Amino acid sequence: MRELVTGDFIWLLFAARWTLGLTVVAIVGGSLIGVIIMVLRVVPLAPARAVAIAYINVFQGTPVLGQLLIIFFGIPILTGANVSPWAAAIVSFSLYAGAYLGEIWRGSVQAIPKTQWEASASIGLSTMEQLRYVIVPQAFRISIPPTIGFWVHLVKDTSLASILGFIELTRAAQIMNAATFRPMTVFLTIASIYFVICFVLTRLSARLEGRLRVAR
Amino acid sequence: MSLVEIENVHKSYGQLEVLRGVSLNIDEGEIVAVIGRSGSGKSTLLRCINGLEPIQSGTIRFDGEQVNAPKTNLRQLRQKVGIVFQSFNLFPHLTAERNITLGLTVVKKMPLPEAKEIARKVIVQVGLEDKLTAYPDMLSGGQQQRVAIARSLAMSPKLMLFDEITSALDPELIGEVLRVLADLAKDGMTMMLVTHEMGFARNVAHRLVFMHDGEIGEEGPARAVLDAPKTPELSSFLGSVLV
Amino acid sequence: MIDAGSTAFFSAIGACLDPQIIWLLVSSVPGGLWVSAIPEATQRISGHLGLRVDYTFRFRDVWRHQDLLLEGAVLTLQLSGSAIVFGVLIGVLGAGMKTSQFRQLRWIVEVYVEVIRNTPLLVQLFIVFFGLPSLGIKLDAITAALITLSINLGAYLVEIIRAGVEAIAKSQIEAGLSLGMSRLQLFRYVILFPAVKIIYPAAASQFVLLLIASSVASLVGAVDLFHAGAFIESRTFRSLEAYLVITAIYLVMALFFRAAFAGIYHVVFVRR
Ligand SMILES: Nc1ncnc2c1ncn2[C@@H]1O[C@H](COP(=O)(O)OP(=O)(O)OP(=O)(O)O)[C@@H](O)[C@H]1O
Ligand SMILES: [Mg+2]
Repeated sequence: MRELVTGDFIWLLFAARWTLGLTVVAIVGGSLIGVIIMVLRVVPLAPARAVAIAYINVFQGTPVLGQLLIIFFGIPILTGANVSPWAAAIVSFSLYAGAYLGEIWRGSVQAIPKTQWEASASIGLSTMEQLRYVIVPQAFRISIPPTIGFWVHLVKDTSLASILGFIELTRAAQIMNAATFRPMTVFLTIASIYFVICFVLTRLSARLEGRLRVAR
Repeated sequence: MSLVEIENVHKSYGQLEVLRGVSLNIDEGEIVAVIGRSGSGKSTLLRCINGLEPIQSGTIRFDGEQVNAPKTNLRQLRQKVGIVFQSFNLFPHLTAERNITLGLTVVKKMPLPEAKEIARKVIVQVGLEDKLTAYPDMLSGGQQQRVAIARSLAMSPKLMLFDEITSALDPELIGEVLRVLADLAKDGMTMMLVTHEMGFARNVAHRLVFMHDGEIGEEGPARAVLDAPKTPELSSFLGSVLV
Repeated sequence: MIDAGSTAFFSAIGACLDPQIIWLLVSSVPGGLWVSAIPEATQRISGHLGLRVDYTFRFRDVWRHQDLLLEGAVLTLQLSGSAIVFGVLIGVLGAGMKTSQFRQLRWIVEVYVEVIRNTPLLVQLFIVFFGLPSLGIKLDAITAALITLSINLGAYLVEIIRAGVEAIAKSQIEAGLSLGMSRLQLFRYVILFPAVKIIYPAAASQFVLLLIASSVASLVGAVDLFHAGAFIESRTFRSLEAYLVITAIYLVMALFFRAAFAGIYHVVFVRR
């Protein structure tokens, strides 16, 4: 056992870049999947909707821990390729984020009143043009606060990637704790780091929600 | 050939039959007012004319083209039929000007400067030249409704449909919207308007159609029908609105 | 095994969670049937899509430990059930404090809600389980998990409950007052029922999320359902199968409770 030194706190602070990196990559991957899920969920085609609903239920109805481990152990078995914890975490969190973002965005599109579709149809816009010029711009504004709200969840959920041995904030803290045995200090430190990241996003989301409600 | 030819149209929502054999012709330049109790099918009839609602049987022809045929290009047809709703339905994320130019640039593929020129023309027509850059939520109800009218007019339609466009407005704002309609009437625009403004219908409309239970209960020259209703249904309806 | 102290905690809620009954429930839903069919279905995947894999799924090995799975599932349900009870208490209390006239009280609740909602559940659990002993408070894994889950759920419920109560329009309260209702009658007939109706759907989905999230308890050694998976993995080396099975069980439970909560809503709030 050794003493905690200033350098250790800096090391923890630097481990946060993996938390943020994982979150950002999962947001990118999850957004791509989310668009697909949203489209499948609204097209007038029963099998497509069923697939999307099943996907959403699976990823919203099971523990992230289970998803992580299934991907981690499953990918090598299905592809024969070895995966690093990093890769498994990226895949897993992207799939997970896709389910939530897809639902958030579907809700935003469906929150646009039917009258907006009618009014835009009445001046001769095609379905694609209606989406592009009238529906999506409005849905986008509605979706920003809940989307950022989900990012906050994602930041927090990436702590579960520590189960794969992937060294992000939480894993780094576990290692630091094993070496120094100062659990309270170490875990409160990373809790503060998470708090700063999440609180900034939460405030941003609340600000935008207030502003977008009054704006057009 | 009339501009609009409606023949024996039946329309239901599920089990509920809302239009039960409606036939009606509208000539070019004619102004037809539609009155009737709530739920009698006035809005539905209007919405069938520009294909917003499909019908179960009968035919609707506009400008010689059958609206309810599967191969009809509804997008093209809707450019020639303007519709204004009770609840304005402006695009809240766009300025008044962009609300008006959207159809011109996207549907008619008009260059933006030309579209803006038209926007300026129609916004003058509805008396809102100082509101071009305003967003809908900065406008009063009456102003929003006038922008909605301008949005339709910009497409240079051959027919304008108005569905109770003053019903959601405060009494003191109704006049400004009706004035725009009266100007349009003077210019010879073909119009079909659902309205509860009996005075307006009497002075401006050429013809009056009384809808009752999904059918046309009575029709004829506006003044004549209003002054001497033939059916007890119309008499009692007029009695209830003219209290 | 569950130690005596915590068992007392759970007995009230857990009494109805008899393993036999749960087993009946689980195997009576389609998902449950499918799971019980797994022992027979050892499948072979090879050479598909040009992949160089040759793997034989052996769910039978996992399924041999069904008693462990069942015990784990029961603990998971007891843990989440208890956390829901305490979480609701905290949520109601917090929502009440938020409407208090004392600024300090409101401020305390606000800090509590923000701190909990902006930090990971896992880190909260580590602070309670690993951190508190250094202050002389030693807790077993389940108690630590119960405390953490309750506090965590409570923070989310404070907001949900407050919003629900605030949604009851002033005009309705005034209407009630003008009928000559007492404050208690007013609360009971005008505020409580409509407020619960608004709160219930959001709260119910939090409950299901909590059930799923309770799996973190296994990371400090609570022998819940997820822990059973890890144990079976270490025994059988069938990692993928073990986690597929327990994840599927979580899914069945989540879907079951979601449907049950929706059913309750329908019976209580829609049909009358
Ligand atoms: N989308 C819909 N689905 C089902 N029923 C509908 C729908 N739209 C209208 N209806 C029903 O069709 C009937 C006629 O409606 P419509 O809107 O045409 O009446 P209206 O004469 O315009 O009445 P109002 O004066 O209230 O506007 C009503 O009974 C209404 O409830
Ligand atoms: Mg109507």
